[in-house]
Amino acid sequence: MLEATATANVIVDSELRSSLAPVSLRGVRKSFGVGEAHVDVLHNIDLDVRAGEILLLVGPSGCGKTTLLSVLAGVMDPSAGEIEVFGQRIDRMSQGEKSVFRRDHIGFVFQQFNLVSTLTAAENAAVPLLIRKQPYKTAVQKARAYLSLLGLGDRADFLPAELSGGQQQRIAIARALIGEPKLLVCDEPTSSLDWESGRQIMELLRDFGRKEDRAVIVVTHDSRVFPYGDRIARMIDGRISELKRNGHFKETL
Amino acid sequence: MIRVALKMLLGDRSRYGTLLIGLTAVAFLFVQQGSVFSGIIERIAKPIVEVGAPIWVCDPKLQSIDDSKPLSDTDLQRVRSVPGVKWAVPLFLRTAQVRLSDGSFQTVRLFGIDDYSLVGRPREMLAGATSGLLNPDAVIIGQAESERIGNPRIGDTFELNDHRAVVVGIAKVSRDYASNPYVYTTYNRAISFVPAQRKQLNFVLVAPKGGFSPEAIAAQIRGATGLGAYSLDGMRRLSIGYYLHNTAIPVNFGLGLLMTFLVGISVVGQTLYAFALQNERFTAGLKAMGTGDRTLVLMSITHGLTVGMVGLAIGGGAACFFGYATGGGTGKLAYHTSWQLMAITFVVVVVVCVLSSLFSVRRVLRLEPAVVFRA
Repeated sequence: MLEATATANVIVDSELRSSLAPVSLRGVRKSFGVGEAHVDVLHNIDLDVRAGEILLLVGPSGCGKTTLLSVLAGVMDPSAGEIEVFGQRIDRMSQGEKSVFRRDHIGFVFQQFNLVSTLTAAENAAVPLLIRKQPYKTAVQKARAYLSLLGLGDRADFLPAELSGGQQQRIAIARALIGEPKLLVCDEPTSSLDWESGRQIMELLRDFGRKEDRAVIVVTHDSRVFPYGDRIARMIDGRISELKRNGHFKETL
Repeated sequence: MIRVALKMLLGDRSRYGTLLIGLTAVAFLFVQQGSVFSGIIERIAKPIVEVGAPIWVCDPKLQSIDDSKPLSDTDLQRVRSVPGVKWAVPLFLRTAQVRLSDGSFQTVRLFGIDDYSLVGRPREMLAGATSGLLNPDAVIIGQAESERIGNPRIGDTFELNDHRAVVVGIAKVSRDYASNPYVYTTYNRAISFVPAQRKQLNFVLVAPKGGFSPEAIAAQIRGATGLGAYSLDGMRRLSIGYYLHNTAIPVNFGLGLLMTFLVGISVVGQTLYAFALQNERFTAGLKAMGTGDRTLVLMSITHGLTVGMVGLAIGGGAACFFGYATGGGTGKLAYHTSWQLMAITFVVVVVVCVLSSLFSVRRVLRLEPAVVFRA
């Protein structure tokens, strides 16, 4: 009887974890090079990212934050371990399947914005829809609407070089959100921005991440954005050394 | 994404300009060199086209129109007796020497046409009439290259192989491969102009009876007489084939065109590769966002083909204008731009663009999307 209850508990816990943890990493390792050049960058990482939260990945340079972000977003293969994103094991997917999965479920915000200098703001924001083969006109129209929501309606036809760093990052966020992804991964989204622009960006990310079927993971060095994270995972030498709640979440590591 | 690819290309003016210059040069050189080659090859057969007889009978071992292997006079009668032959007339075609006023000599191409029918006479007279050939010592001069013999006019006389020749007409003719002036006279007078030989008849010109094709009658003449017999087109091909197989013309032009192709590939390939390197970060971003390899290949090929087609239009157009400006093929420069040449150039430009694009695509395909996260 006790055994049956324990099994039921495990199942319930597993289902609960699945529903609560859109991103789940178990024993994830990543190493580069062979022989003397062999370097272990990630050591047996276990991590759950919960629905509706913003998780900040922080730590010193070279500690493996960006590698972890790359691995959990499916843009880099882990050396070992399991990675489940919204119930799908991306570590088992082929490159083609991962590409489609990223297209349909993950939004990206890059440190250097990564906007095409020869495309207008609206065209840059529309790129994920164009990748999904939506008609150009429809995609750009939708991008204009997103830019208006982000306060850049009057800048839709500007080239990136004609905009400030904050405005460029907002275009990058519009691009990340336009495909309505469930998971948003952001690499140092505020590092090139002044504090006011960085604050606006973090508020946008927080607004996006508040919904129950979504999650946001932000790699950052910028301590000023820490208040925007629901939890903060501190990394040192390829390990999560500390995972603590930051505000309304009650659980800690 | 094709539109994005085009905007990426057209927005980068320096790279676009470099690519365009490279492909314009490739297209221009290919069409220009190809046109000169075609022009020279076409001129090899100009005497055949000028005479215009449907069937040419000659020695079976004849290699080209410029080859001289005379027939017996009786061969003319043998040809006339072949069923299906409507008429057969002699043609004397050989080179002769004109003595110029300064004492020097100029080689000319001497056409001796049938005294009675004047078959093989010039088609268009600029001055005088072909019937003037019936006068004593009469010759007609082709205007092209006539400056080499002092631009003679009607009534002028000159020495042709130590014989007096009187100009009775000026004809519009094409320039030939050897750039020799054309001199027309009657068959019997032509024979008197050149040193006597046992056999003087070079060709028998034949027309088939109605309902027979020149090819069929040519085959019949071959079978019945053992002589060589070709339709006009067959004679053209024989002569052109001789020059293609026995001279350095195709090798020289071929090497030039090959170099154009290789230089084009290296310039365009390097530029597209540099373009791919420059856009590596954005390409990695596109891969991260879920762009498939097929789309990236398509984008890269779009870059190559777009500049290729614009370059082909500009370069090909410029080469055509070059030909027009230099006389349109009737001037000194042998120049003939055919649709086949344009089609070949199109294929070459496409191959250059696709190969160059694939050269840079390899890098794009190997690119790990995680590059986008590197600082």
